[in-house]
This record gives sequence, structure tokens and C-alpha cells, in this order.
Amino acid sequence: MNIILVGLNHKTAPVEIREKFSFPEASIGTFLTQLVTSPLISEGLILSTCNRVEIYAITENAPECFDYLSRFIYENQKYHDNISFDQLTRHLYFYSSTDAVSHIFRVSSSLDSMVVGETQISGQIKEAFDYAMINKATGVILNKLFKKAISVAKRIRSQTKISENSVSVSYAAVGLAKKIFGDLTGKTVLLVGAGEMAELAARNLVNNGVKNVLVTNRNYQRAVELAREFNGISVKFDEIGVELAEADIVICSTGAPYYVINSDMVENAVGRRKNRPIFLVDISVPRNIDPKINTLGNVFLYDIDDLQAVVEANLKERQKEAEKAELIIAEEVETMDRWLKSLNVVPTIIAIREKVEAIRKSEVDKTISKWQRELSEEEVGAIENLSQNIINKILHFPLSALKAEAHLSGGSEVIETTRKLFDLAEEKQPSQDPEAPPAGTAESPEEPISRSRDSRENQ
Amino acid sequence: MEILLYKLPLLFYFAGTVVYLLFFSIKKDSLSNIALGVTGIGFLFHTFILILRTVESGHLPLSNLSGALSFFSWGMILTYLVLEYWYRIHILGSFILPLAFLSLLSAAAFPNEIRSLQPDLNSSWFGIHTTLTVLGAVAFTIAFVAGMMYLIQEKLLKSKRFNRLYYKLPSLDLLDHLNQWSISVGFPLLTLGILAGALWAGDVWGAYWVWDPQRIFTSVTWLFYLGMIHGRLTVGWRGRKAAYLAIIGFMGVVFTFFIVNLLVEGPHRFI
Repeated sequence: MNIILVGLNHKTAPVEIREKFSFPEASIGTFLTQLVTSPLISEGLILSTCNRVEIYAITENAPECFDYLSRFIYENQKYHDNISFDQLTRHLYFYSSTDAVSHIFRVSSSLDSMVVGETQISGQIKEAFDYAMINKATGVILNKLFKKAISVAKRIRSQTKISENSVSVSYAAVGLAKKIFGDLTGKTVLLVGAGEMAELAARNLVNNGVKNVLVTNRNYQRAVELAREFNGISVKFDEIGVELAEADIVICSTGAPYYVINSDMVENAVGRRKNRPIFLVDISVPRNIDPKINTLGNVFLYDIDDLQAVVEANLKERQKEAEKAELIIAEEVETMDRWLKSLNVVPTIIAIREKVEAIRKSEVDKTISKWQRELSEEEVGAIENLSQNIINKILHFPLSALKAEAHLSGGSEVIETTRKLFDLAEEKQPSQDPEAPPAGTAESPEEPISRSRDSRENQ
Repeated sequence: MEILLYKLPLLFYFAGTVVYLLFFSIKKDSLSNIALGVTGIGFLFHTFILILRTVESGHLPLSNLSGALSFFSWGMILTYLVLEYWYRIHILGSFILPLAFLSLLSAAAFPNEIRSLQPDLNSSWFGIHTTLTVLGAVAFTIAFVAGMMYLIQEKLLKSKRFNRLYYKLPSLDLLDHLNQWSISVGFPLLTLGILAGALWAGDVWGAYWVWDPQRIFTSVTWLFYLGMIHGRLTVGWRGRKAAYLAIIGFMGVVFTFFIVNLLVEGPHRFI
């Protein structure tokens, strides 16, 4: 029994490849049903987002299953003419056992995402998990794994600051505004010019509590339209000077080749604002706000490059947080691994008990049939009891040791040795491929744990 | 044994200061927890000692400069712990702990044996007067710290240097409010402290007001803070200006509390 996954993501495959192999959401149920019809697979799950396609499966035969899953992804290809199977496998990565567990935890907590710290992925995982459950593709192990993946993502978000600082330019303004105003509730923003980026920045501000939106534009009609969108007020373009005093935040993005907002206007506004700070963002190129005004007291001016610098600083900050997240993941992988190993030990214990019981029964039966005439019913009962007690007492120590050892590292070796000692068949193992992991082991050194053929070198 | 007990808060505040300064300069969030723990333990010892000395002498141990400094340090730590609980601004500790440690250190440098008050100074107004003025000084010190932090954060924002400190320092708005609140708590405390002092003087010497350097400097400080509050309410002295004013006001407090105390003869001379 082994957790494996085959997939490709934004690091191993360009978008031209990813788009060909993504699983459309509408038919994911059909694919799931088809996936788990294979006798190789006892549980399965498909995760398909714009940045990754991954199939998770529980199998007894990892090598064959790796091939099966690769084929499964290949056969889903749209526009069949394009890519050969070999071409596809170059973009695939293969993980099994703890590496697979670690991978899904890293994916769910966005460490594997294009933008570390983004929160969308954990929702997408939840969705993929829901689909798999609805289509009865998952079982005990994948259910546990994906619930855990979702909770690990939550834990990392709450225990690290991985998602705290924004990493998009339009959102960077919100972070800066918060460092100045603390809370943005009830603040007023003035949009000068009605560009797309300004609109996006304004929307982020409004979502963070900004209450009043003032819009001005050289083309007044456009200002009116945009103001309506925000439930705001449109202002005449030549009244900017007056309105500046009302605005806590100013976002400027006109196409004008000169300074629309100059030093005098801002100095005047700050005076009328009784020194309440004013935060100006100039995202226009060429710049529309005189850079000199940053030297004024209680005035904070940022241009597009400054915002870019914020984004870079935030990314670095997230990277540091990601290191903390990796530690949490290592810890959680171990917990999960311990649980998986405890699953492995149960069939072995049952097999040992069955085997010993069979021996006892045949020996006792032999003896009884030999002495049948001389033995009273009571004596037969006594022999049964005696033999039962002896095997219970003898088995007690190895079985409790086995239960305890199975959780530790090297537990799989202990289980394997035990199976050899009791001459138990490698049951539930369809083929005796020497490369295949022995049944009931989660990990063995010879096994190609991540046969990431050359995908990682291609990054 | 008793000597050792008195040194314990000093020791813990020193450790707290070191860890908070480490937290200030390197990226390791867990340091703030250690610093907080150490400071908390020091504070418990400190509180215990203050209670012990109060029981021993029958009044708050504020009858000498050492006692006043120790109480000031205690008030700083208490305020810090409350602010930390409310706002979780760990970096505040990097500013407050060194100050609290230094004042407790200087408290240890001055003689701190319990003296019974000279009979002519003993009045119920005494305890009220000293407690209120020391707590007022605590509030003004917090305003000073908030002002310092404001100026640093403002400089980082203006120069667009988004370094570790930028992330650790809270928003300008919060720092400005902290400044404002501290002054609006400190000012009434100082006012009532001065009134209690006048009543005490009236009780003891029969005159509510005497011209002596400490009283004059205290009045100047009081007027300065009054002007500062007035300025904020009417013409909007906030932000950078308020930060500078809080720093200047704090200088006045230190001058009055320390220098005048040590250099000038008069009833406020503790030692």
C-alpha cells in the first residue's frame, strides 16, 4: 500500500503543455470514475488547476501505477496530434510515500505555487477533494491525507506570516496605506484618471474598508461612469486642488506628460487637513505628481517603482516565512507517516495470528484424534485451553513489540523481517517485480521515490 | 538574601533588554516571546519587592530618589505589558525595556535604605503626590517612545526602505494615537500630582506655593504639555510635529525629575 502521485506544474511544464492536459471541471467526475476502475488503484484523486495537473493514487504496485497514471494523463490530451508520450513524460514528476505526502502539503500551503503565500490553491484542493469524495474515488487513506493537507495549510497560514504581505502591485498600495493609516475604515480615496490599474487599486482599497471614492478624469463622462461603479462621487478635473484636502489616499494615473498635482496644491491641502497624513500613489509614466512633494511633512508619495520595491520586499519576507512553513510540513509529514505505518502493521498482526492459530488447530486436532477414546470431553477442552494460552503468551511479546516498532523509523523493516520470520507470503502483491516495494511497506531504499526523470533539471 | 532578591528584577530586565535588542536587530520572531517571558518574571519579582517594602515602611517606597526610580521602572514595565497584551506590538519592548532597565539600574546606584519620612514631610498627600507624578512621568515616557517610533517609521516610509524594521513597526496612525493617549493620560496625572503636592505643602508648611527651581521647571513642563494638547485639538499638531514635541517634553521631564533633584537644594531633594 503506497501513496503515489504523477503530475506536472508551472515549474516543469510551460502553459502550452499544461493547457493540453488539464482536466475540465465539468467532466472530472467521469475521469475519476474511470481512474479508479483500474485494479492497480484502490483510491484516486485528480487535482487540476491552471498551474498544475496532478493525480494521486493508492496502490500496491507503484512502478506499474506510475505508468498507468502517466498514460491516464496522456490520454486526456486535447489536440492529439501534438505531443508524444515520451515528450509528455519529460514534463512529469513522480512521487511516492513520504515524498508524495510532503508534496501535497507543500502544494496546499502554497509553497509550490507561482506566488508563495497565495490562498487560492487550498480552496482548489478542497474542491478537488470534494469531487473525489462525491464520485467515491477516495477511501480511508486519501481522505485522511487531503483533510490533513487542508488543515496543514490552515496551520501554516495562522502560524507563519506567509500570506500577510501582498505581492501584487495593485495590492501593494493597500499594504502601504495600512502602515500609514492603520485601519482604512472610513477613509476617502481620490482617483485621478481612470486607468485600469488605478481602478484595481481602488477596488482593493474599498475591499479593505475605504468608504468614499472620488473620481476625476479629463474626460468627465468617464469619471461619472467609474464613480457610479464605486458608488462614489465624480469631480471636475480642475477641482483636484480642492478635493485633495478631502482625500486620505490619492491614486493618480492619467496620460498627461506633466505634473497634474504639484507641490503647492499638496502643501495647501495638508494645511487644510490639519496635518492629517495624505498618501499619494503615482502609477503613471511619465509621472503625474511632482516627486518633490515627498519632502513635505505628513505627505507620503510613491511611484510605480516604489510599489515594485514593496512587492519585492514582501516577496522576500514571504520567502523567510516559507522556511518556517517547511519545518511545520516536515513535522506534519512525520505524523502522517506514523499513521500510515500503523495501518501497515495491522494486516501483519492478523496474518501472524491466523497462521499460528492454524498450526495450533492442526496439532491439537492430530493429538485429539489419536487419543480420542481415552479423553473425556473435559480433557479435550483443557488441551484446547492449554494450547490457546501458550500461543497467546508466546505471541504477546513479539506482537506488542511489533505494534510499538512500526511507528518508528525503520518500522517497515521490522514488519518485513517479522513477515519473513513467520514465513508469511507477500500477499496482496500482484507481481513480484523486484523494483516494487514489498507489500505493507511505506518506503524502501531501492525504490525510485521520486522518479522525476529530468523534469526538475528543466526548470 | 534580601540583597539578592532586590537584584533579581534588575537581572531579569537586563536579560529582557538584551533579548529585545536582539529582536530589534535580527529576524527571529520567537525572540520576542522569550523577551516577554523574562520581562514578565522580572516584573513579578519587582512587584513582590514593592509590596514587601510598602508593608515594611507603611507607605509606598517613594521617599527617596532610588524608590521613585524603581517605581517608575515598575510603572513602565506594567504599561508595556498592558500594551503588549492589547496591541501585540513586540517592538515596543525594544524601546521600553532599555529605559526601564536603566532607571532601575540608576535606582540601584542611589542609596535605597528605607528612611522614615521626616515628621514634617509626613502627610497623606505625600503618597498621592509622588505616585501621581511618577505615573505621569511613565505616561510621558510612553509618549516619547511612541514619538521615536513614529519618526523612525516615517523615515522608513519616506525613504522607501522596506527593511525588517518597517515590518516590525506598527502603523503611523497607531503610533500617533499612542502618543496622543499617553499625553492625555499623563497630563491629568501630572496636574493632580501637582495639586496634591500643593496640598501637601499647605499641610506641612502652611504655604501652597513656594518659588523653588523644581516647582518652576515642573510648571514649565506642565504648560508645555498643555500647549501640546491645545495645539493638537485646534491647529492639528499631529504626526511628526507631535512626535518631536513628545520627545522635547520628555527631555523636560527627565531634566526636572533628575537634574533638578540632584543639583538644587529644596524640599524635593530626596537624598
